[in-house]
Amino acid sequence: MAVSAIPRPRARRRRPPQFYAGAAILGAVVAVAVLAPQLAPHGYADQDLLRSLQPPAWMRGGEWSYPLGTDRLGRDLLARLMFGARVSIAVAVLSVLIGGGLGTGLGLAAGYFGRWVDRLTSRLIDIQLSFPPVFIAIAIMAALGQSLPKLILVLAFVSWVQYARIARANTLAVREREFVLAARALGAGERRILLRHVLPSILPPLLVVGAVNMSSVILAEAALSFLGLGVQPPTPAWGSMVAEGRTVQSLAWWNTVFPGMAIATLVVGANLLGDGLQRERE
Amino acid sequence: MIGYLVQRLAHLVWVLLAVSILVFLLVHLSGDPVRLLTPLDARPEDIERVRRLYGLDQPLPVQYWRFLKDAARGELGESFRFSRPALELVLDRLPNTALLALTTIALTVGVGIPVGLWVGSRAGSLVDWAVSLATFVCISLPSFWLGVLLILLFADRLRWLPASGFESPLYLVLPSLTLAVYTTGLITRLVRADVLEVLRQDFIRTARAKGLGERVVRSRHALRNALISTVTVLGLQLGNLLGGSVVVEAVFAWPGVGWLMLQGIQTRDLPVVRAVVLIVGTLFVLINLAVDLLYLYLDPRIRYDHGR
Repeated sequence: MAVSAIPRPRARRRRPPQFYAGAAILGAVVAVAVLAPQLAPHGYADQDLLRSLQPPAWMRGGEWSYPLGTDRLGRDLLARLMFGARVSIAVAVLSVLIGGGLGTGLGLAAGYFGRWVDRLTSRLIDIQLSFPPVFIAIAIMAALGQSLPKLILVLAFVSWVQYARIARANTLAVREREFVLAARALGAGERRILLRHVLPSILPPLLVVGAVNMSSVILAEAALSFLGLGVQPPTPAWGSMVAEGRTVQSLAWWNTVFPGMAIATLVVGANLLGDGLQRERE
Repeated sequence: MIGYLVQRLAHLVWVLLAVSILVFLLVHLSGDPVRLLTPLDARPEDIERVRRLYGLDQPLPVQYWRFLKDAARGELGESFRFSRPALELVLDRLPNTALLALTTIALTVGVGIPVGLWVGSRAGSLVDWAVSLATFVCISLPSFWLGVLLILLFADRLRWLPASGFESPLYLVLPSLTLAVYTTGLITRLVRADVLEVLRQDFIRTARAKGLGERVVRSRHALRNALISTVTVLGLQLGNLLGGSVVVEAVFAWPGVGWLMLQGIQTRDLPVVRAVVLIVGTLFVLINLAVDLLYLYLDPRIRYDHGR
């Protein structure tokens, strides 16, 4: 049956500039993360103690083979930033996908099936909303021990509720709309109705939630890494680079400044994307 | 109204139970808790003796029940490191965290609301554009990095302000500024959006139509209604600050509960970590409840009795 094959009534609108700016920033960071082994001028763990705390290339004592200078162990900062992008991107993408998938699924089921599914999910939502997310992530990471998969799962665990709330509310709103009733009247199964009719219509607001959530996940990952509760050395993460830079901050400001700028840039990208998606909907 | 209150209180019980379960399970998430209490080279029979001593050989539900009874009497165990009741340590540090949170909220309200109202009624102007850009940057900066930069500038280079500890009100400046940058950015954006929204409403047109001056329309009608959701978000931010300032407390060695928890984590001082999570979690829940009730009071259009 070609119910969902009706051509879209409107031509694709141009999206607001914020959307493209955000997508460009995120795309660039993803490209750097993927291509880090090819792009980086050195390995992220290559030490050269003779070059310890060498300043960026444009300062006195810097050289262009170490463009952003080196850390205490003489490791190239640019290379470490490039490899550090991998952690941020992996956490951002996977936590958002897992948390978003889980939250959307639960919210969709609660809104569509109602009754005990809804009561149970709503209670879970209320409970999860009563925890301060970053604080709980810190406590759980401290108890669980640290690794990249655990980090991703913990951040997904504190994020799902944002999606579940919105998915539930919007499912409730479209459940009785004509196109859903029509699909049911035509004999479509529950699964088909949910996946082909309800899900696509509640997706746009969830994308906004996803972009906003991505920026908080990136910030949370950076904070956990800064506290030593994220990915463990020698794997570079931007948050832990700021923490390492702090130990030499009066001697070598570039060690703290550049990783922080990298985090801020990525967060700006995610926020711009969210802002663009939000404006498009208004 | 009464029905709603009863419902909220029942909900409170549920949530506090959930908090207590999480706090209880934290210890077990880390593997066998007995291994944290015994030296690495302890003999197996000693490990078993410790396990019995702390009741850790009992089934989990039994242990949980005992934990709950102790917690209800305010007994959360003794800190391994300080040999003092963990609850006492947390309550000692709580005023410092509250002071930091309230100073941050005061800064946020003092700057964010006036600026938000100001640019909200000048949407599309150059000022509006500049403020939007600035607040966008504010909500995108990692707080710990901002804290480190402020220390680098104001403490290390200029030597104007102290960087760590808490010995005089001067020590409050940098940490509260660090926290306030994010919340101020958030609140400014929110107030601006709410003003824009409210100015489009019918009752504003009515107020103008009946000849009220623009100033009265803005201050009496627009402002009050624009601030309803702001109060809610401020309340939520206060809750977040009580728990979420962990990172900033760490940067500035601020003697609050967040830093206490981190030290507890680093020294494996479990009773302290447990006590912090329990107290902060409970406070967060209570603040959220207060915010909900305040919201109900501020916006008479909302009647939870029918809504739920």
